[in-house]
Amino acid sequence: MTALQQGTTEVVDPVPGAGAPHLPDQPDLVQLLTPEGERVEHPDYAIDVSDEELRGLYRDLALVRRWDAEATALQRQGELGIWASLLGQEAAQVGAGRALAEGDMAFPTYREHGVAWTRGVDPLHVMSLFRGVDQGGWDPVARSFNLYTVVIGAQTLHATGYAMGLQRDGAENAALAFLGDGATSQGEVNEAMIWAATFAAPVVFFCQNNQYAISVPIERQSRVPLYQRAAGFGFPGVRVDGNDVLAVLAVTRAALAAAREGSGPTFIEAFTYRMGAHTTSDDPTRYRLAGELEEWKLRDPIARLKAHLSRSGIADADFFAAVDAEGDELAARIRQGTLEMPDPAGTEMFDHVFAEQTPELAQQRAEFVEYHASFDTAGSDTASSEGN
Amino acid sequence: MQTLTIGKALNLGLRKAMEDDGKVVLMGEDIGKLGGVFRITDGLQKDFGEARVVDTPLAEAGILGTAVGLAMRGYRPVCEIQFDGFVFPAYNQIVTQVAKIHARSRGKLPMPIVIRIPFGGGIGAVEHHSESPEAYFAHTAGLKVVAVSTPADAYWGIQQAIAAPDPVVFLEPKRRYWEKGEVDPDGSPDPLFGSRVVRGGDDVTVLAYGPMVKTALQAADAAAEEGRSLEVVDLRTLSPLDLDPVYESVRRTGRCVVVHEAPVTLGLGAEIAARVTERCFHSLEAPVLRVGGYDTPYPPSKMEEDYLPDLDRVLDAVDRSMGF
Repeated sequence: MTALQQGTTEVVDPVPGAGAPHLPDQPDLVQLLTPEGERVEHPDYAIDVSDEELRGLYRDLALVRRWDAEATALQRQGELGIWASLLGQEAAQVGAGRALAEGDMAFPTYREHGVAWTRGVDPLHVMSLFRGVDQGGWDPVARSFNLYTVVIGAQTLHATGYAMGLQRDGAENAALAFLGDGATSQGEVNEAMIWAATFAAPVVFFCQNNQYAISVPIERQSRVPLYQRAAGFGFPGVRVDGNDVLAVLAVTRAALAAAREGSGPTFIEAFTYRMGAHTTSDDPTRYRLAGELEEWKLRDPIARLKAHLSRSGIADADFFAAVDAEGDELAARIRQGTLEMPDPAGTEMFDHVFAEQTPELAQQRAEFVEYHASFDTAGSDTASSEGN
Repeated sequence: MQTLTIGKALNLGLRKAMEDDGKVVLMGEDIGKLGGVFRITDGLQKDFGEARVVDTPLAEAGILGTAVGLAMRGYRPVCEIQFDGFVFPAYNQIVTQVAKIHARSRGKLPMPIVIRIPFGGGIGAVEHHSESPEAYFAHTAGLKVVAVSTPADAYWGIQQAIAAPDPVVFLEPKRRYWEKGEVDPDGSPDPLFGSRVVRGGDDVTVLAYGPMVKTALQAADAAAEEGRSLEVVDLRTLSPLDLDPVYESVRRTGRCVVVHEAPVTLGLGAEIAARVTERCFHSLEAPVLRVGGYDTPYPPSKMEEDYLPDLDRVLDAVDRSMGF
């Protein structure tokens, strides 16, 4: 895990994964780039990607991994309250994020840092959330990227309602709801799918099946492959290799296009693996075998694209070195920006509870200011030092 | 001036709100062709279409959760919960999402959602159809809670709640849906968030809201026959509370009784008693007393008369207050 957190992306020869419970071995899996980095075709999901686009995808993957590694380190050093690592899920997130068009709206959980990256969200706005400065500092409307949602599955209904709004407005856009494998057990996720089907809402459900809901494996959530559940709701379900950025891009693009054209929802199961802990608070060695992680490392989403780019001559050593250097600069910016974040003024907690302030809150705010001013001996604004 | 029932006043208020603002969308179970189980939305789907009066699938979290997304697109969803006890499947969306998104987004995502809930007992229904869940919502920061008691407040209040930029839990006293009163559609309404003295008096201040306002007024009539003068305040708004008229009244009467149907323990009456005590301590001749439901699940309908506060229980509390 340590090597991966440091951003190591060497290509390793695969070993057979026979008998491993979590490995994709069924023919339904859409794949356009093998774990060895070979391009393969799929009859339903042809994709034409330019060399420049491929290099761009690699850059996205490498930079979000570098960001994630820096955030994990910052948490370990006590600078973040918690961090939800995306390690291993970079391709699923970048592929889905890059499939979005302008005007499409994404509804993340709390792990979609890679999607945030593709929507142009400043990583420091994500860091401020995990540092406890705010609840996410980005503008969800301007970035077409909703704030993170921590309650499991709640955002799938928001995405569906938003899609119903798009439909009413005659907007040629779609909503993309992110969820995890554990969320599929939630009643609200099932309600979202019933709504989406009933109203043919232009929404795509993008499930990253990273095999674990904190510690509980997918076998405790479902007796059938998740993508097959969509049939019960009356819309298509697709299982895509979530570690294959090209396949994810192709499948999500197709689903979003269908939604925009009025064909209703699609459920995408991105079959992937969370290589780190659920968050920095848990210890995955208590609930999974080391061998499983080793097998998934052979399917590393970044290594396989790197292998493809190298072998096909689309990128050379200079390119990879430049991306690495860019990653180091990004990490330094994230580190410095995080450490320099000012604590918010305590009065902020009163200011946005409502659009129309209530007399009660106005009074509590005034009392708060007065109370803190009573400690103010040097004329400094002590109220603004709240929040530590 | 028209004489209307509370139910009809709500219907006309909804109609007016929909005419005034094309972004108003009604959502709920059976609200279309049927017009709702209480017929509050009667005729609205026929006139405004299925896109604006939406018969939803049978899932309350879905109603509220999709309302959040619609609000993000600039719509003003008005969600009908069929009965009070059915709001709990939607509780997660209301409390963790609707109430918090404005704050979480630092004002970037307003949530102008109205959650209509027919609440309270007294109609002889089976379980989960007679509850008073207002304290759950009043306790949640980010929600505003109102309870109407008259046709005029119902007509204006629903329009004001829909026009408000914040989420409003709108409690309708279901056993009073058929009570009549005067509504002046050309008049100007009181502010949505504010209490009102509905009967002046000198001996005891009685506070009530929703279905208990009528009970409190009946108690005041009965007390008057015995020579006691009760001042009755309709709280109207449960969050934020508007207690300034109450403080003024209690400083004059020296006595206060709070009446609600919800269980007394940790109910709204407890909060009001605390505040009145803090603000009017030196004026009080007696402790603030509460009259409410017992701390039991709402009982079967043959027992609800024993459970619900009636004018006798209000008068008993008045006697106890006067006895200090």
